[in-house]
Amino acid sequence: MMTSGFVASIDQGTTSTRCVVFDAHGRMVALSQQEHRQFYPQPGWVEHDAAEIWELVRVLLPEAIRDAGIDPSQVSALGITNQRETAVVWDRHTGKPVHRAIVWQDTRTSGLLPRYAAQAAFITDRTGLPLSNYSSAPKLRWLFDHHPELAGPARAGDLLFGTMDSWLVWNLTGGVAGGRHVTDVTNASRTMLMNLDTLDWDEDLLAIFGLPRQLLPEIVPSICDVGTVADPVPGLRVTALIGDQQASLFGQTTLDAGEAKCTFGTGSFLLFNTGTQPVRTDGGLITTVAHQQQGQPAVYALEGSMAVAGALVKWCRDNLGLIRSVAEIETQASTVTDNGGCYIVPAFAGLYAPHWDSNARGLIVGLTGFVTKGHLCRAVLESTAWQTRDVVEAMNRHAPVPVSRLMVDGGMTADNLLMQILSDALNVPVLRPMVAETVALGAAYAAGIGAGVWPDRRALRQHWHLAGEWTPNWNDRDRETACAGWQHAVDAAIYWGRRTGDEV
Amino acid sequence: MAKSVQSVLRAASMLRLMAAEVEPVTLKDVATGLGLAKATAHGLLQTLVEVGFVRQDEAGRYLISADLPELHSDQLDLNELRSIGLNWTDALAARTGESARLAAFRDGAMVVAHHVFRSRPTRQRLQIGSALPVHATALGRVLLAFDPGAARSIQGRELERFTSRTITDRTRLMAGLPAVREQGWSFTLGEDEPGLAAIAAPVRDRGGYVIAAVEVHGSADDVCERRDQPRAEHVAEVVRAARRISALVGREGRSP
Repeated sequence: MMTSGFVASIDQGTTSTRCVVFDAHGRMVALSQQEHRQFYPQPGWVEHDAAEIWELVRVLLPEAIRDAGIDPSQVSALGITNQRETAVVWDRHTGKPVHRAIVWQDTRTSGLLPRYAAQAAFITDRTGLPLSNYSSAPKLRWLFDHHPELAGPARAGDLLFGTMDSWLVWNLTGGVAGGRHVTDVTNASRTMLMNLDTLDWDEDLLAIFGLPRQLLPEIVPSICDVGTVADPVPGLRVTALIGDQQASLFGQTTLDAGEAKCTFGTGSFLLFNTGTQPVRTDGGLITTVAHQQQGQPAVYALEGSMAVAGALVKWCRDNLGLIRSVAEIETQASTVTDNGGCYIVPAFAGLYAPHWDSNARGLIVGLTGFVTKGHLCRAVLESTAWQTRDVVEAMNRHAPVPVSRLMVDGGMTADNLLMQILSDALNVPVLRPMVAETVALGAAYAAGIGAGVWPDRRALRQHWHLAGEWTPNWNDRDRETACAGWQHAVDAAIYWGRRTGDEV
Repeated sequence: MAKSVQSVLRAASMLRLMAAEVEPVTLKDVATGLGLAKATAHGLLQTLVEVGFVRQDEAGRYLISADLPELHSDQLDLNELRSIGLNWTDALAARTGESARLAAFRDGAMVVAHHVFRSRPTRQRLQIGSALPVHATALGRVLLAFDPGAARSIQGRELERFTSRTITDRTRLMAGLPAVREQGWSFTLGEDEPGLAAIAAPVRDRGGYVIAAVEVHGSADDVCERRDQPRAEHVAEVVRAARRISALVGREGRSP
């Protein structure tokens, strides 16, 4: 008899899409991956071709199942996780996007935000989100402002909006031939259109942004019977939809209030589970839905988002030619023992948590004749560690218990030096679980629970194994001195943004 | 991507092998290192001599010609190797429940590029960056079998004894290597630490040149099924992980 209990997941990320197959013990058995194109039509703009991404999924999903050496019938469930906030609008009759997807990192809506300044507090109260160009609603507003011809079809119900989860599920479950137009609570909580208490679209918010409700997908729990795949693996059940950072929180099995994880990818995201109660902050952190299982109350999280982490390393490779490969940043940084007084603040698209200053701009400070390539590379890695420290400090101000250890995952955890610097900067142990692909794993866990592969969330705990651990080495004095340098650099980045902002 | 021509890949691996060498290499070194028949290796080497990439010394040994000096520094970065090997080394540790390590030979020593803890709640310390003895580990046995640089590193040097089972006689050590080449994996029991056993397999670039080794190691009770024999499932997992990492090196790493 063939074994069943395999679970597949689609991890539709910012730079690539991966399809991963896990066995019933949560162990990865196959992974297929492909990057998609990034479009930068203007400074600050970032776009994806949603049709290209769907075509990749059509290839990658069967490929991963084939590579696992199993029959599609042995896959009990499919979970979908995705880059959040990225907005796609498509025609329900042709199935074609009407515009390139506007990516979460895109800052084109900066000029539009002052329009909502008076309602900022109201918006934050309803959604848990600070008013920023990160969320989907301003991106949609921009789209309709600049493409007035779309307003009519949108009101007539001919157009559909969704984040990448909606777009993929609609296509997977049949597309123009009856595809299901849904999104889950975690993704919906990032649109700036969902009421965080009712977990439904909010009429006041729709009115503020001038968006018709018929454009929006139905909001469903993260774990529920989403639908059945029509193409490319007919018959496969989709039982989970969950935003990528929430998926990673789930994959780390940080399922209880008081536990935190940080994912280091293109950006970096720290989530802190607050249980079934949403915790409101003074605006430095996002209040968001962590997950919801059908028939159960939603679980909430506090989130600190940092826009640029791995993206800075790629920038050093692609824009500066400082390194030949991403991994070489560690080799270069290891040639020196400190940053030589140099700090880099990667505020490419303003600063996210806990500063939320969309005018701030990146800078490299502290340059002297002494600074080498190694120091610059070290400052690149340190910037990710210091940003994480800023977020952890903000979490500690609101959480009942301070963060005493940090679970980490994501591609940058391959950087051993970064993980050590992180532990030094935070002064807490940093723990890496055995599956670095926790985003894909979290979606698979959620889907597996939805399909009954695992009885409940507790059953997942026994799958968590420690793969590596880093403990702090710096003394307090060195840490505080270095941190003061970083704070000064952040102030300079904010100051610089104000100055150039005035001149424009 | 266009389909690769096998003979070009092999020739490239030969260049890489020679580039990693200080001394000229023999036909046998090349054939052994790449797992090729002597006749095949000879044909390729002669072609490389013809095009001027390789030359032969008075003794008939092969070395990179002066036209290709840049190849000397073109080894895969250990941090890149870790980044490429991360997922499958994790999966290997998860599937066997044992500790997994990925190591390569650099600057005269075998260095741990990646290390994953075993699935036991015991205190463990990351070994990334530390050097391991080539003669007393399964990882080293693989590199000795396939990497002439590693093999040369133990010449004219006393082999340190760690346990009663450590092989300190070079001739005896070398006598075990053909079996490693033949079966494609190595096994050691209690040679570096009493009671610890390990299974390792080679990680190859696209042309077949061995650039690293991956292993699981743990207590002999867990790693062995019968007395002194490695568990077949563990061997299969190690070989599979090595193959998957090799495939990624071919795709993501700088090709030979």
